[in-house]
Amino acid sequence: MRILVGVKRVVDYAVKVRVKPDKSGVVTEGVQHSMNPFDEIALEEAVKLKEKKLATEVVAFSLGGPKSAEILRTALAKGADKAVHVQVSEAEAAKVEPLHVAQALQKLLEKDKFDLVFVGKQAIDDDASQTAPLLAGLLDWPQALYASKVEEGGAGFLKVTREIDGGLDTVKVKLPAVLSADLRLNEPRYATLPNIMKAKKKPLQNIPIKDLGVEIKSQTSILEVSEPPQREAGGFVEDVPALVNKLKEKGFVKN
Amino acid sequence: MFQRSRSKPGDIKKWKATKSGQTNRAKTAAVSCFFLRHWHPTSSDNDDGMAAAATTSRSTKALRPHHILYDERHLAVQQTLRKIIDDKINPQVRDWERDGIFPAHQVFKTLGRVGIFAANKPQKYGGLGKDFSLSIAVAEELGSIACGSVPMSLLVQSDMATPALAEYGSDELRETFLRPSISGDVVACIAVSEPHAGSDVSAIRTTARRSGGDLILNGTKMWITNGEQADWACVLANSVDNSDIHHNKSLICVPLHSEGVHRSRRLEKLGMRCSDTVQLFFDDVRVPVKNIIGREGYGFLQQMKQFNDERLVTVAVALAPLQKCISDTLNYARDRRIFGSTLLDQQYIQYGLAELQIELEATRSLLYRTVLARLDGEDVSLLTAMAKLKVGRLARKVTDRCLQVWGGAGYLDESHIARCFRDLRVFSIGAGSDEVMLSIVHKHMRRC
Repeated sequence: MRILVGVKRVVDYAVKVRVKPDKSGVVTEGVQHSMNPFDEIALEEAVKLKEKKLATEVVAFSLGGPKSAEILRTALAKGADKAVHVQVSEAEAAKVEPLHVAQALQKLLEKDKFDLVFVGKQAIDDDASQTAPLLAGLLDWPQALYASKVEEGGAGFLKVTREIDGGLDTVKVKLPAVLSADLRLNEPRYATLPNIMKAKKKPLQNIPIKDLGVEIKSQTSILEVSEPPQREAGGFVEDVPALVNKLKEKGFVKN
Repeated sequence: MFQRSRSKPGDIKKWKATKSGQTNRAKTAAVSCFFLRHWHPTSSDNDDGMAAAATTSRSTKALRPHHILYDERHLAVQQTLRKIIDDKINPQVRDWERDGIFPAHQVFKTLGRVGIFAANKPQKYGGLGKDFSLSIAVAEELGSIACGSVPMSLLVQSDMATPALAEYGSDELRETFLRPSISGDVVACIAVSEPHAGSDVSAIRTTARRSGGDLILNGTKMWITNGEQADWACVLANSVDNSDIHHNKSLICVPLHSEGVHRSRRLEKLGMRCSDTVQLFFDDVRVPVKNIIGREGYGFLQQMKQFNDERLVTVAVALAPLQKCISDTLNYARDRRIFGSTLLDQQYIQYGLAELQIELEATRSLLYRTVLARLDGEDVSLLTAMAKLKVGRLARKVTDRCLQVWGGAGYLDESHIARCFRDLRVFSIGAGSDEVMLSIVHKHMRRC
């Protein structure tokens, strides 16, 4: 089984994002970036499948500007065997939508055979959660999204557990398939110093997006990005009756 | 070995394309600090296609200069370390400081698995076989640990107790002591100072007398970091009967679970509170003669060389906490209102912080220059002494001035600034005191 894992370069989760003065988006210049944490989980699971001999090769994929190469190096340091960088310009990178990523993946999969595409359930920047289902739709492959457990499911199948409201949903999915990783699937490993050194020597292939015939044409337009409204300071009341009175006054409680 | 990017013609060209008039080295040093956390280097290598990625963005800000000392692997190492420190170390520091101890074996194992003790150690014994720049990158990032004790303890293992063993030790000795130290399975300590001989290393009194195939150690060692938890010590002792005090000592690997080794109670200190510092006593401790590192009688000279590494990582590990002191103080002063304006509106505060930032940047540059010289095979004892003196003095100045800005809030025991104030004070004392550094500098001046 060959696995293609999608890894996206996003603003680091620890960064407090700021909205640009012109409200066109958030400030990304001079801000720490790292691999989307859900993609890290997908990658970890793929590497584990390889360690269990269920997979033969793990290839990391990223679509993005020049700096996405760093994220792919990280993926290589964390156990991917190869990496593919579908390159777009910095200007295009700001306009990339899930559909473009799904289309690029579709084109790659036409050229190179994979049995499984594994991505994070969402990226922490746009929270779109669309790449996996869009890709499954384009390819007409089965999908198993929000995986919290991935097991062997017999020849040509995987057994995938998903956390749903009120319990667990177990899906038997036929390969080739598209999977997305949920938070509790695993705890990703840290890249070790020896593996960081080795990553430098692993192959990283660059493919300009135009070679795949995918055009970064916006499906949506951003009207405005604004800071969440400031929460107003609360007040203190003496006791419960005073609280109830206050709530009635404000019209939160009916008489 | 690392290919240092500064020596590649391609880089210079790229660099000249952005700005001209100054050398690559001088300019990168000037900007390295402020963007250290934020900038991402472009690749200098053509062998793996990353250069293509970098060149496609010629019009963008991706063309920032290379780091004077680090390539993208150093930075990737720092990023992974930062993550581990944030996840596994820093959340526990407050408890460890309160308890006056941290679980060295557990922490060493966690970080040893990642490879932090391996940087410039031989591959044959589990090391990475890289050059000293990687050790410096690791030390610098260990400075993001929220106290002085834990990074000091880790650096004792990587760059204070093991360099001589790695360079001069026999295969058997390295297999027994170096390999498990690199993997983090054991904890090491360095035992040179004595109650009567700290700065004056040649005056140590501990002896190692031959008895058949064994050495019998007697004496006492003071200020032993990791001493309570350590499994073995790299001990400097008088092993040769002659009056040449520079050629009668040997560095010896001593298992601390041996009979006759006694450890004092944990010493209580001004700072470095979760570090276990003890006094060691050797009372007829028997170790095989083959535990001598390298040539017998050359221990003093080996130790002097080992001190250089110790001092350089000491400078490196101090940079991050000092930067944090300055940055945190700037932010505090910006928010703190007084007499109708903010503290940061006061020119006195503005200039004070600017002065500290300049000095820190100069110290960082001196460190990088020293490491580059060391990588070029130069004798760096003079530059090392200068950098070590500077960082010790600067640590006192930065923490004192910043604490003053914080006022009462900084005087609180649990504030970060107070912890830095008490922990970093040791940098003027440990790894060779300020006065030893001054005397080294003076000796070099007289020679010229």
